[in-house]
Amino acid sequence: MSSPQSSEKPASDSYRPQGHYDAPEQQITQPKLNFVGYLRFFWRQLTSMRTALFLLLLLAIAAIPGSLVPQVSSDPNGVIQYKANNPGIAPILDKLQVFTTYSSVWFSAIYLLLFISLIGCVIPRTKHHFDALRARPPKTPARLQRLEGFTTRSATGDAVTAVAVAKDLLRKQGYRTEVYGDSVSAERGYLRETGNLVFHTALIGVLVTVGVGGGFGYTGQRVVVEGYAMTNTLASYDSFNPGRFFTDAALEPYSIALDTFVPTYEEQNLDALGQPTDFVANVTTTLRGGEPQKATIKVNEPLNIGGTDVFLLGNGYAPVVTVRDPDGNVIFSQPTACLPQDANLRSNCIIKIPDGLAQQVGMIGFFYPTAAPMADGTLISSYPDTINPVLSLFMYTGDLGLDNGQGTNAYALSLDNLTQIAGADSGTPAIQLRPGDKADLPDGLGSIELTAVPRFVSLDIHHDPAQLWVLLFAVLVVAGLVTSLFIPRRRVWVKAAQNDDGTLSLEYAGLARGDDPGLDAAVAEFADRHIDQLGLKVGP
Amino acid sequence: MTDTLVQFSTVAVYSAMAIYALAFIMFTLDLSRRVAVVAAPAAAEVAAASANGYTTVLEKDAPAEPKAKTPRYLRAAMALTVIAWVLHVGAAVFRGVAAGRVPWANMFEFTLTATAIIIGVFLAVQFWQDLRFIGAFVTGFVLIALGVATVNFYVDVVPLPPSLQSAWLVIHVFVASLGTGFFALGAALSVVQLLQARRAAGKAAGLRFLDTLPSADKLENMAYRMIVVGFVFWTFTLIAGAIWANRAWGRYWGWDTKEVWTFIIWTIFAGYIHARATRGWRGSRSAWLAIIGFTAVVFNFTIVNLFFKGLHAYSGL
Repeated sequence: MSSPQSSEKPASDSYRPQGHYDAPEQQITQPKLNFVGYLRFFWRQLTSMRTALFLLLLLAIAAIPGSLVPQVSSDPNGVIQYKANNPGIAPILDKLQVFTTYSSVWFSAIYLLLFISLIGCVIPRTKHHFDALRARPPKTPARLQRLEGFTTRSATGDAVTAVAVAKDLLRKQGYRTEVYGDSVSAERGYLRETGNLVFHTALIGVLVTVGVGGGFGYTGQRVVVEGYAMTNTLASYDSFNPGRFFTDAALEPYSIALDTFVPTYEEQNLDALGQPTDFVANVTTTLRGGEPQKATIKVNEPLNIGGTDVFLLGNGYAPVVTVRDPDGNVIFSQPTACLPQDANLRSNCIIKIPDGLAQQVGMIGFFYPTAAPMADGTLISSYPDTINPVLSLFMYTGDLGLDNGQGTNAYALSLDNLTQIAGADSGTPAIQLRPGDKADLPDGLGSIELTAVPRFVSLDIHHDPAQLWVLLFAVLVVAGLVTSLFIPRRRVWVKAAQNDDGTLSLEYAGLARGDDPGLDAAVAEFADRHIDQLGLKVGP
Repeated sequence: MTDTLVQFSTVAVYSAMAIYALAFIMFTLDLSRRVAVVAAPAAAEVAAASANGYTTVLEKDAPAEPKAKTPRYLRAAMALTVIAWVLHVGAAVFRGVAAGRVPWANMFEFTLTATAIIIGVFLAVQFWQDLRFIGAFVTGFVLIALGVATVNFYVDVVPLPPSLQSAWLVIHVFVASLGTGFFALGAALSVVQLLQARRAAGKAAGLRFLDTLPSADKLENMAYRMIVVGFVFWTFTLIAGAIWANRAWGRYWGWDTKEVWTFIIWTIFAGYIHARATRGWRGSRSAWLAIIGFTAVVFNFTIVNLFFKGLHAYSGL
């Protein structure tokens, strides 16, 4: 911050009277600051309201890029797609950590500085408030008429009684009072500051508990097909995101078997035909050493088990395809979870058979729960339930790319080293199967059968040891906010002066501390009540 | 049965819009009439104020109105607004009964209900403080919102998807629209405050009707009171949304685009509240913050809902 002098430039060629000389240009002599002095200076700057406001608005601006560009945390596929579509700018954004905005260095820097500023503000205020809580209300000002809501009344009786009655009345209204001579000084609304401090402290609490929960918790995803089960072990997850301080010990062993998955689709309302109205996963859970128990998981109704919450996040079909070699030996027979592509659950399936047949075989399947032909002969799905299920398969032979030891995406087929043998332009039509249908594979490779079409669910398993604490602090945030904004903090004074003719002149005034729209009315109302009360005491 | 109720609802919306349009015209006529009133010096009113003795009289924030002249256009505008609002609420109720649930499960219904709440708050606030002078702004805004909703956002009544089948739909969305209502009024007052500040600085000489409105300081106080209420509702919305997200999506906070913008709005209004306690930020600067904040609310509801990819995909469009 520049001192006031520095902004006034000495004007040499000005229209000043002749003979007027500006004072010689002086260097501003600032106190020399040592290291501690500088620290203190920066600390003061950081904890000033102006800086806090600046950081707050900066935080709002810094949050914007994360909503414009897909984020790794919430939309990893979107990030991959964005990078592919914008090869020019993506590397720059990547360098600037825009794809991970909310854990980026710059975003973290802003909110950490903000919270340090907040702590630096809250601590001295807490001390100050603590002192204020034990201090007596301040002395009555000499001139009440200069204060807000100033009003006067006259009464009969003596000043001591009037002041004592005022004191009682103020106490009943929740004021702390102190009598100074023929006047009473009162203050109320300490809860306003308490609420304010609770609000800010609870914000820090939210930040810390969110951090702790993220550090010690984990989330995992797993696809489970009807009739199959998953266990809460690291190897069992399709994807797993541990917190920084996660250890395997945090995984409480249990298993969840999916007995049935029952969706309900709208059948009456023609505007919403086929729209899902309910999803129920009927499961059997088993804790280690415990009895199997029946349970259900629904959207909005997660299952709580073994310190985790299990959420139902997705569902689809997992056709069971059985492939036999030319001799009739079963080479492959298992459900394949197909990724739904639209609301009517047209789904894409990838099947890879690396061993057992004369060549490696890959298949791209299109599953239609309710197949309906379009005008050009292509199929679509017209309803999400299995009314007319059809699995259409494109077939490929060649190198599946599984043998070089690198991990591959189970939901994608790399066509680089494959030759199409059925479907599209291969000359052989795509293989179409209904449940129970059998067909020969091209080139005498063997046969294929659509054995069954069970459903699958994708489960999200979360463990967050701190989430109740986050909730507690969030509730404190609201409670603190409401008290700090709506409880008026005000001072009220009543002064009594005995006139020569024996009457009393009473003066009332208030002082708002913070926003207090009702102060004037409150003082006037108090004055009236005080007079009423005096009338009762003194009598006519 | 459902079709009949939906038709009732649609007829009620269009009728409400027609009457809001009339109310808007009346409010505007009232503002222009004020110019004429300013021209004639209101001397009688000064005498009335000074006639009181020592005892201070509670001064209402009422604009300088000669008592003799009834603000006819204003009374007509308020009456029309009340009639339109009754129809408007009726439209929302019919829609809710037709769907068998709360009428705020998609963008059309949310707009219908949120605008009814904005008008409801505007009407209710009159009992406490005379804010009729922002009637033109409020009815104009609601008229545009309803127009966009009925033309661009309209969807047929469909059952709730499983993710919306929760008590939190009632709480979270309703409180969000309450907050929106208060922020809208706060922004309206802040716009007038900015105009008033310009006029005080001698820049808006043409806008003579401003002389009949409260001073910039008073407007700032009113806007602040609206916005702190809105801020509390918004904070609650944020937390209720997080609790619901934890049940429906399996995490309480995931920086979904809608969550991001709700957070940005919260931060802007937190900044607004702090601005009052910051030297150099009171007055026009904080008024700008209130307007930017409300713009962000509108942006969050329209642009973010329709064009940003996220989990809050319930527009039904």
